[in-house]
Amino acid sequence: MTSWLQNYGVYLAVVVLLLFNVFFTENFLTAGNFRTQLVQAAPVCIVALGMALVIGTEGIDLSVGSVMSVAAALVPLYLGAGPVTAVIVAVIAGVVSGLFSGFLVAHLGIQPIIATLALLVGGRGLALVIAHGQLVQLHNQDFLALGTGDLLGIPVMVLVAAVLAALAGLLVRRTTFGRHLVAVGGNRPAATLAGLPVKRVLMGVYVISGALAAIAGVLSTARLGASDPNDLGLLMELSAITAVVVGGTPLTGGRVRVLGTVFGALLMQLVHATLIKHDLPDSAAQMVQAAIIVAAVYVARERSSR
Amino acid sequence: MTAVTETDTAGSERGASLAAVVQRQGAAVVLVLGIVAAWFAFPRFGSPDNLRDLALQGSFLAVIALGMTFVIISGGIDLSVGSVYALGGVLAAYGSQYGLVVAIVLPVAVCALIGLVNGLLIARTKMAPFIVTLASLLFARGLLLALTNEGATTYKVPDGSAFLWLGQGTIFGVGVPVYLALIFFAIGGVVLRRTRFGQSVFALGGAEQSALLMGLPVVRTKITLYTLSGTLAGLAGVLTAAYLQSGVTVLGVGTELDAISVVVIGGTLLTGGAGTIIGTLVGVLLRILIQNVINQVGTLDSNYQTVVSGAFLLIVVVIQRLLARSRRS
Repeated sequence: MTSWLQNYGVYLAVVVLLLFNVFFTENFLTAGNFRTQLVQAAPVCIVALGMALVIGTEGIDLSVGSVMSVAAALVPLYLGAGPVTAVIVAVIAGVVSGLFSGFLVAHLGIQPIIATLALLVGGRGLALVIAHGQLVQLHNQDFLALGTGDLLGIPVMVLVAAVLAALAGLLVRRTTFGRHLVAVGGNRPAATLAGLPVKRVLMGVYVISGALAAIAGVLSTARLGASDPNDLGLLMELSAITAVVVGGTPLTGGRVRVLGTVFGALLMQLVHATLIKHDLPDSAAQMVQAAIIVAAVYVARERSSR
Repeated sequence: MTAVTETDTAGSERGASLAAVVQRQGAAVVLVLGIVAAWFAFPRFGSPDNLRDLALQGSFLAVIALGMTFVIISGGIDLSVGSVYALGGVLAAYGSQYGLVVAIVLPVAVCALIGLVNGLLIARTKMAPFIVTLASLLFARGLLLALTNEGATTYKVPDGSAFLWLGQGTIFGVGVPVYLALIFFAIGGVVLRRTRFGQSVFALGGAEQSALLMGLPVVRTKITLYTLSGTLAGLAGVLTAAYLQSGVTVLGVGTELDAISVVVIGGTLLTGGAGTIIGTLVGVLLRILIQNVINQVGTLDSNYQTVVSGAFLLIVVVIQRLLARSRRS
């Protein structure tokens, strides 16, 4: 029973919540509402994918929210050279952040929590320095389309999230990198002894996490229509970790559940929406989120403690 | 986690003991150099007003960081302190309309309870401290918002309330919170070094399995630790509310990270098992010094504060790590 819950609990929870809303929430079953829910879940989902890979190596990436804000701060600076340039610069910044964290963790052997904590503290400051602490309105329509536009009738953000999730799934299941990742997280001394490229794998996951955080930052900026390095991505690290953990990836590493992570992000979004639509305030949503985290980890703990 | 146990080998080798000294006293040396430099560079830095301000600003963070030091030495972490700190402040401001006792007892009781629940969950179910206190970070912030109509209501401490003295009063020109923080640190130092509880905390952080085998009260120690941390964060909130004369709802965002940084900068190892109370005090003073220097420079964007803090934290951790390596080899 417990192991069944561990494996399928998150899917069950999403289905139950969906059914509840279909029956008890007004105007839930509309195309417009579904779009809104998916669009709102997309940034968390994208960040959580990177976080799942990092957690798979028994690491953690606390810097994602600040990386989002750095990406957001860079966008208006390079938007003059076209949206493509702006996006590329922002993503490069994410990659550099990831290289930085990855180097600290892989080559200096610093604990992930502290290596990424430094970037969490310093990164937002850096973003604010770049942006002079200002919120900047954006008017480039091509760029804004990233956040508000459609492709084949699907919001661009949702499409990007889906493609990235598929890629992450392939990466974990079908590539050597993915197998190495799981091995490193499962038993690092053994992976080292077996001659796996442990350091390269660790560098890799932090770089991916940084790049994904930057992409989420860019998309959120496009959706807001403004670059807001003050607020963008605040507490994102917590939301992402929650999505990963609720999705069944153990914090002890050695296992990555990509689809579970996607559903974890959807679940947290649905919980939030359900409470709001039934006139429960934000504060209640936060407390419920807290309870869900504890419940999810409690269910998952038997596997992790072995 | 790459557990690096830092046991002192009685300083037998000179290189090793030098590394140990740098690790222990590095922050203190930087602090002294920083103070001397700031003293000469900025005429206003050494003024009694500025120094009093610095001490006062530092006292709130110091009280939170004291609890965090205990938790980190035990090998744990408490991410909830920022929210609990803010919650304590709001409850104190709310309670102050019913008198001094309520203003102190209500927030301390609630915050201690949150800490107790943290401790129970961590000790009894063996869930990661990181995730449990992350959940209570959200919970405490949610509770705070619920109490204040989603942050719209700000509770004021009534004028003339005796409670205000706790935050605004002075003895010999120095703020009451400074004395309280120093008293807490003195007690904390004694508890950590001279009691069985303190020994258990170090033993837990060094090696939990051995601590269990030695028959130490592991579960009870953990529960006490997190309760202590919650209580101290709540107390810091009480003092801040008395100082600001209101319960500020936006307080404490990211404070857990400040607290962790100062503890680590003070030489306490995040892997647990080693650390000092004095080091944390030095860490707090360094944090405040950096903030003040950046303010004094004036032309510098105040956002550089966080950049410098982050960089500083990093440098300290990298040095700690390299020293630990050189000592092993």
